[in-house]
Order: sequence, then C-alpha cells, then structure tokens
Amino acid sequence: MSRPADGAPVLEFRGVHTHYGPVHILKDVDISIREGQIVCLLGGNASGKTTTLKTVLGMVVPTAGDVLVGGESVNGWRTADIVKLGVSMVPENRRLFKRMTVKENLEIGAYLRSGDMSADYDRVLEMFPRLKERLGQRAGTLSGGEQQMAAVGRALMADPKVLLMDEPSMGLAPVLVAQNFELIQQINEAGTTVFVVEQNANMALSIADYGYVLQTGRVVLADTAANLLANPEMRRAYLGESG
Amino acid sequence: MTASAAGAGRYKRRPGWVDAFLWIVRIGALVVLVWGVAGTVVQGIAGEGPTGEAWRDLVVAGIAQGAMYGLIALGYSMVYGVLGFINFAHGEVFMAGGMVGFFVANYLWDIRFWETDFVLSVLLVLVTSILTSALVAVIVERVAYRPLRGSPRLIPLITSIGISFFLQYTFAGLFGVAVKNYPPPPDYMRNRIGILGLQIEVTKLVVIVVGAAAMIGLYLFVEKTRTGRSIRAVAEDKEMAALMGIDVDRTIVATFAVGGAMAGIAGTLWALLFRGVSFITGFLPGIKAFTAAVLGGVGNLTGAMAGGVLLGLFEGVGPQLVLAGFGIPGVSQLKDVVAFTALVLVLIFKPTGLFGERLSAEDRA
Ligand SMILES: Nc1ncnc2c1ncn2[C@@H]1O[C@H](COP(=O)(O)OP(=O)(O)OP(=O)(O)O)[C@@H](O)[C@H]1O
Ligand SMILES: [Mg+2]
Repeated sequence: MSRPADGAPVLEFRGVHTHYGPVHILKDVDISIREGQIVCLLGGNASGKTTTLKTVLGMVVPTAGDVLVGGESVNGWRTADIVKLGVSMVPENRRLFKRMTVKENLEIGAYLRSGDMSADYDRVLEMFPRLKERLGQRAGTLSGGEQQMAAVGRALMADPKVLLMDEPSMGLAPVLVAQNFELIQQINEAGTTVFVVEQNANMALSIADYGYVLQTGRVVLADTAANLLANPEMRRAYLGESG
Repeated sequence: MTASAAGAGRYKRRPGWVDAFLWIVRIGALVVLVWGVAGTVVQGIAGEGPTGEAWRDLVVAGIAQGAMYGLIALGYSMVYGVLGFINFAHGEVFMAGGMVGFFVANYLWDIRFWETDFVLSVLLVLVTSILTSALVAVIVERVAYRPLRGSPRLIPLITSIGISFFLQYTFAGLFGVAVKNYPPPPDYMRNRIGILGLQIEVTKLVVIVVGAAAMIGLYLFVEKTRTGRSIRAVAEDKEMAALMGIDVDRTIVATFAVGGAMAGIAGTLWALLFRGVSFITGFLPGIKAFTAAVLGGVGNLTGAMAGGVLLGLFEGVGPQLVLAGFGIPGVSQLKDVVAFTALVLVLIFKPTGLFGERLSAEDRA
C-alpha cells in the first residue's frame, strides 16, 4: 500500500497563510504531495480544508507563503491558468452546470484539451454506467449521488495530473461511500495524484499514503496514513474511539 | 425588478387584499381587452374599420419591428446572464451602429454606388454597423464595467445609465443633433411580393429574414460552439467556469461583442425601416427591447427573441385591435402606450415573464 515517497513533489504549500478579510484562516500551512500519492486532509468543520483546496487553485490567494504546482510558484495566478498545469477539482457540493446536460458537463470538463477525447469519455462512462443513461438530462435534475458521479467525471475529463476532491463521499449512501473510496484508488492507480478532503477519516486513511490533520487552520498532525491510523491522539480525536 | 419577479414565489402569504386587488386588475384588464376587441369586430362587421389587407400589413409591420426589438433584447439578456445587471447603455450601442452606418451609406450614395449596387451597399453598411456596435459594447465593458466587477449590482446598473447619456451626447457632439436620413432605397424595396398568401413589402421581408437569420445564428452560436458554451458556463457559475480553464474575462468580452453585433444588425434594420437616425435614436427602441427581454423572461435568450416579436406585434396590431374598439381617434400614435401596457399586464399575469426566468439561486434576491 504505502508507495515510495520518492516521486517529485507535484503540489506544495510552504508556510501558507490566508485571510478572509480580517479573519485569519490558514496559519503557516506546510504540505507536500508527491507524484502518484493519495494524500488526505482531515479536520473538523471550519478547520480550513475547503480553503486549502481553493488556495491551490487561486480561488483564495495566500497572504503569505507559497503554493507550488509542479515546482512552480502559482501565487497570484488566475484559476484558469493554474488549471492548465493539470490540476482539477471535484468541488464541495459538486457544483455542476445545472442548466447544461450531463453530456455538456462532461465535455466542458475537457474544455482545455484538443483532439480526440473519446477514450476518456468512454472511461468515465464505464466508471459510471448510470451516467450513460442520463447524458441528455439536465445536470440540475440529477440525484445527489448521480451529481457526484458527474462531478467526478467532469474533473476526470480534464485528464488531470492532480485531482483535488472536497468531501466526495458527502451525502452518499453507506454502500456508495465504500465504492467511492475504491474509485479513488482506481483513479490513482491510473496515474493521477489525489488530494482528498474527507470527514470519514478511517476510510480515507485506509486508502491514503499520507495524511494531514487541520485544526483551526493549523496543521496539527502530518504523517503516513499507517502511523496516523495507529496514533492514539488521532484515534481519540478523529477516528471515533473513546478513551 | 429581480426582486419583484422573484417576489411572487416568496410572498406566498401576502395579505389577502393584495391578491384581491391583483385579481381586480387582472379581470379589469381582461374586460377592457375583450370589450375593445369586440368593439373593433363590430366596427369591422359594419364595414368601418381597416380592411383585411390593412390588418395583414399591421401584422407584418409588427413582426418586422419586433424582429428588430428581439435582436436588441438579446444584448440585454446576454449581459444580464453573465453579469447580472441590466446594461441600460445597450440602446446607445444600437444607435452607434445605425449612426456610423449612416456615414458609410452616405458616402456610397455620394460615389453613386448606392444606386448601382444597393445590395452590396447595404451589406457594407451592415458590416460597419455590426463592427461599430460590437466595438462600442466591448469598450464600454472594458472601461466602465470591468472595474466594477464584484461590486453590488446596483452600481454597474447606475453606471450604465450614465454611460447611456455619455454615449448619446458624445454622438451629438461629434455628429450634431440633427436627424440624419439614410439615402433612399431603390423603388423595388417598396414593391410587394406574395408569400404564404400575404402581400409583403420587400423592405419588411428583408428585415424579417435578416432578423430571423441572425437569431438562429445566435442560438446556434450559444448552444453549439465552444465560446457559446463558455458564455453559458460563465453565466451559471464564474468560479466553476474558471475551474474548467475558461478565461472568464475574455468570455465576458465575447458576450458584449456578440450582444453588440446583434444590436448592430438591428441598427441597419432600423435604417431600412425608418431611414432616420440621430443621437437619441437608441432611447425608445432600447427601452422597448428591454421591455421585450422582460416580457420573455430576462436571461432567457429564446424568451428575448420571442418577447421582441410579440412586443412588435402588440404595438403593431394592439392599437387598432383594442383601442379603436372604444372609438378612440388616431390610435396608431398610441403604440407606445400599448407596448408598455402589454408589459405591465404580462407582469401582472405572469411575473417571471412569458417564458419564465432562468435565474440561478443566488440571483433570486
Ligand atoms: N468566502 C468566505 N468569507 C469569509 N469567511 C469564509 C469564507 N469561506 C470560508 N470562510 C470561513 O473560513 C473558515 C474555514 O472554512 P472552510 O470552508 O475552509 O472549512 P472546512 O474545513 O472546509 O469546513 P467543512 O468541513 O464544514 O466543509 C470557516 O470559519 C468559514 O466560515
Ligand atoms: Mg469544506
């Protein structure tokens, strides 16, 4: 399971701080994600997980520190330009283009690419056969689970090097949650680095190589997934173990 | 306006007397409508009203004018779609096209090309008008609206009113306040040709055909092309659009350019229909087109086109059909009254516009 940590870093935070107006959110965050890894970001509500992902994409601009994608500092870059480096996201609450059809949502995921995308298209439909029957349906009318599939599909259509996922199992039925984690592994095995935010710490750590724990905007724990799973403090605070 | 449109859904528990009042207005409106139409029909039977031929002319003229309103209305709707405010300077974008087109037409007349090759001349005027309107729209976006991006919607709205006056008086200052008449079209433009059992004047036919072609073109552009899709994505969710790699600023520029181009086409159609242009020409058609956009449901492009044609029909046929029934003299001068009354009535009966309003949740203030 645990992959060698010798891939090149594809995503790094170096001493990153962010603010929403006067409110200090991320505080001196250091993160390093290597090629081919699955890294999970854990933490309670409002600890700054979504803010971290948005910071990668320039939707939130760091007030100090550096964000590096593929070794290049992307501070001050526009989202559309950062995406060109091969970063894609399944955002919190899916945020599909509701007035567009499922098919259009998938196609717009490949907006930046040219040439033949049919292989990726087929791959997405193979991954989510449910979507195949719903290609002409407006995305806004999909069920929550279907929207999740379409959002993952849309992100995969960009053929990303790094995939950011913000609580992909939120709102899914328990059996789908397990499937969802299998899916993340499958995506990763196909060569995509995954940075996933999760509330479901046990499951997330069971597939991840490395984990970070945020608390009020600070990284309080950072270790291999195996060590985190064994860490008593971690077990008490996040893995639902009492005593 | 957003608030009032969305209000219908929100204030479900409004006091009973408001409902009662609205129903009285609705019923009253219906009674007036039916009474007027009945009166006109009675006159017709008595052989007093306009002939059948005259009625058909009113319909055709209404559709032609409506096609023009529809083209302008698209610009209001598209900008509302991506930026969420009504660009009141859009009437002036239309005027700019018609105005600059006039100078080209006049030059072609001077070199006697207008008479030799009218079709090519009109095409040249059309291209000039499209380019001018698109350029003005894009410059206005860049200079006036982009710096206001992210501020409350009321601010660009008020700015657009300022820009509207700025453009009017800039054109007045540059070209004078007198009405400029396009050179006369060749006689055959006033001939009538029979189509679908109607005798249609060539001018009107050209206006309707060009208007319809432009609308179909725009529809295909928005639905089928990559830029069209990015316009729809930006209209729906700018942050997600950027996440797809779409350049939001460029897409907004494209929206203004395309909306401007449609207004430019309308500028040439106006010249074909009425010939006269001046710095003030954008005002009334602009307000009417805005009305058409509201009528069809703001933000909905098909609605804007249909709203334009309907408004043109209302004002073409409405005065004769409803007002003449009451024995009011000189009804054709009351077309503006009819147009705006139609707006008010539609909004009372169906506050979201005839074709519903496509608003994203965060737009429902
Ligand atoms: N646009 C914003 N403006 C102001 N404050 C914000 C904004 N977005 C987030 N915040 C605040 O920043 C803090 C961190 O938010 P964030 O969304 O990153 O939390 P999270 O860890 O993703 O939480 P959750 O698990 O509930 O999704 C919260 O207190 C939130 O209220
Ligand atoms: Mg979150």
